[in-house]
Amino acid sequence: MFNNGIVQPLWYNGPSPGQFYNFPGYANNGNMKQCHETNNSDSTRSTAMITTGSSVLGIKFDQGVLIAADTLVSYGSLSRFQNIDRIFKINDNIIMGGGGDFADIQSIMRSIDQKMIEDQCYADNIAMRPKALATWMTRVLYNRRSRMNPLFIDVVIGGIDENNEPYLANVDLRGRAFSDYVVSTGFARHLALPLVREKKPADRDFTLEEASELIRQCMEVLYYRDTKNSSQYTVGVCKVKDSTSNQCDVEGPFQVDEKWSFAKMVKGY
Amino acid sequence: MSNGYDLSASQFSPEGRVFQVEYAAKAVERSGTSIGLRGGDGVVLAVEKLVNSPLFENDSGRRIFTVDTNIGMAVAGLTADGYALADIARQEAANHRQQFGSPITVNHMCERISAYMHAYTLFGSARPFGVSITLGGWDEIFGAQLFKIEPSGKSFGYFACASGKGEQQAKTEMEKYKFVDMPLENLVQSAGRIIQLAHNEAKDKGFCFEMGLVGKDTAGLHCINPEPWLSLAVQAGLEALHEEDEDSDD
Repeated sequence: MFNNGIVQPLWYNGPSPGQFYNFPGYANNGNMKQCHETNNSDSTRSTAMITTGSSVLGIKFDQGVLIAADTLVSYGSLSRFQNIDRIFKINDNIIMGGGGDFADIQSIMRSIDQKMIEDQCYADNIAMRPKALATWMTRVLYNRRSRMNPLFIDVVIGGIDENNEPYLANVDLRGRAFSDYVVSTGFARHLALPLVREKKPADRDFTLEEASELIRQCMEVLYYRDTKNSSQYTVGVCKVKDSTSNQCDVEGPFQVDEKWSFAKMVKGY
Repeated sequence: MSNGYDLSASQFSPEGRVFQVEYAAKAVERSGTSIGLRGGDGVVLAVEKLVNSPLFENDSGRRIFTVDTNIGMAVAGLTADGYALADIARQEAANHRQQFGSPITVNHMCERISAYMHAYTLFGSARPFGVSITLGGWDEIFGAQLFKIEPSGKSFGYFACASGKGEQQAKTEMEKYKFVDMPLENLVQSAGRIIQLAHNEAKDKGFCFEMGLVGKDTAGLHCINPEPWLSLAVQAGLEALHEEDEDSDD
């Protein structure tokens, strides 16, 4: 033990007393250790979604944007919270619909709400525009994913940009941003997007009536076909009222007009 | 008089005074007047911005800040110190909102800023803030609230308060009125009057009037220089000036 008066360790390359030990040949074991360490490089955190919001659908029309989402937040396959507003009014120019992990949506909403208060503190009577917020979200989400610690969200951001132009964008958990006259997340991407694109007139924008009707139809289709959708939904509207102000609200909840009468025609019903 | 006991804030004098804090108060006395008035349904903060040069832009040298959606802050003294404290106040408001899910009340904000300013009066390695902070806010539950924090970290709730060069003049004028139930328009006009009367034209040529307003009529949002109230205040100030001229002519 003592060699030339210096205490020698009892063993080499083995576990240190009191420390978690990484057994050789196994990668990333001892998850407890990673909880306590600061994570600058590779770490495996749980990137699973827990409480989730389903699809969000946004449609741009001549005077503004509509963003719709159902009011369900699921817990796996359990329809756990059935009356949750997933459309948010950010300020007089911006509305946002949140899909994906709902805790992450709530977290980013806290940051966004604080951002709007800071905006007000500048006291310059300029409120943030949707493109600015979408750009910011993109950067945040991209940086989070680059650090292997994503916010598991898929959001639709829309509103009235400068020059009273409607703006609509979709930003996802990898920081991929996309702006178009119709955007969606989740199952709506498969079911609703083609439906809306088919109805789009080639030479002009949708009118408010056309856009509303499309929202109604798409919400109906999503309810029938997406198992994680419910029949109740809210719609955010952001449209130009006059040259200086917008009408920006979240309306609802609306109910899908469920038609199950065809069930009797199904064999085995 | 101070004889070596005034070199750092960590020293008491034999009479029990902390001279550095008193000197900080002197810095406040040298600045343009700032006042706060608390009325029935709102609070007005007003500042006499002393303009040294016509080369300045109208809205620069701001001394009134929005620190939360419904709370405003006016600064008298070293404006740069005021900027730093405005930032601290904003952080406090944000932290409170993040932690408790609801906006900070004005009295809590006042306590936090007082504690912060007071901390700088304890150590020899830092100097006290050379500012008097006037905090005004309005909400549904507590109504209009007005507080003033001095460089020592001492704070009081007020019906009306003043700091800066024209403090005495302003206070004399304020004691003539009862602001507690005053409607917002009259409050704003009084603010215009008081600032104008507290302004000493002989010593300081020209000033710029700046105003912060929060109340029921602004939907609980703190606004800086909002119309139509700004015009009302400036108009009331000019009328007060003419009255004074007429009085002195007699």
